Amino acid sequence: MMDVLYFAWVRERIGHPKDQVESEAATVRDLVEELCGREERYAAAFADLGALRVAVDQELADFDAPLGGVREVAFFPPMTGG
Amino acid sequence: MDIRVQEAPFDLGAEANAFAARQTGMGAVVTFTGLVRDLDGALDAMEIEHYPGMTERALRAIAEDAADRWGIGDALILHRYGRLAPDEAIMMVATAARHRAAAFEAAEFLMDYLKSRAPFWKKEHGPSGPAWVAARDEDEDALTRWAPDARDGRART
Repeated sequence: MMDVLYFAWVRERIGHPKDQVESEAATVRDLVEELCGREERYAAAFADLGALRVAVDQELADFDAPLGGVREVAFFPPMTGG
Repeated sequence: MDIRVQEAPFDLGAEANAFAARQTGMGAVVTFTGLVRDLDGALDAMEIEHYPGMTERALRAIAEDAADRWGIGDALILHRYGRLAPDEAIMMVATAARHRAAAFEAAEFLMDYLKSRAPFWKKEHGPSGPAWVAARDEDEDALTRWAPDARDGRART
């Protein structure tokens, strides 16, 4: 079981901050594909991957990152701290 | 290294004094404070969201990187989240080093990195409703000057 977290407008577009997912996805990209198949609002949130960033177990990663043994994946727009 | 992510306001003077007071053998302390900017006087509030857990890890990694590169003796990163009013302090960094060049450069490095590598997101609340602040290309470009192969003559040690 994996926690999938959403932040900022990704969270707003999907409508909730977190899903618990049972997934066989090998990579982040595969996971995105699975999520997009769920409902239209997921497909809308993930329409432009170039506008998104991903963290795997709380470390920034890319969409080809493997998901074996991963407990937490998070999707969010580019960060705007400071 | 002192990393704090909090909703409550902080006392800039008290933080700066406490930071300076706990140093020994350092010749320079640099502090930077970020405020909620209200360019046209129309901002009602700035809301800051973050990723609890990852935020602290990312900030600590950035501070440790700065310590490795500039040999600074200490660093403080304090960043708020939640709903802030215009002109309120959002965040501060402080660095302590034996010499001022390292303290200034390490503070700039911390700021450049935490703007686009620490998981915070700003949302402005104004007269036309709420809007997420878009990341700026300049913030991403700012990181390239700290790349190991950047030939800009800046001190690396």
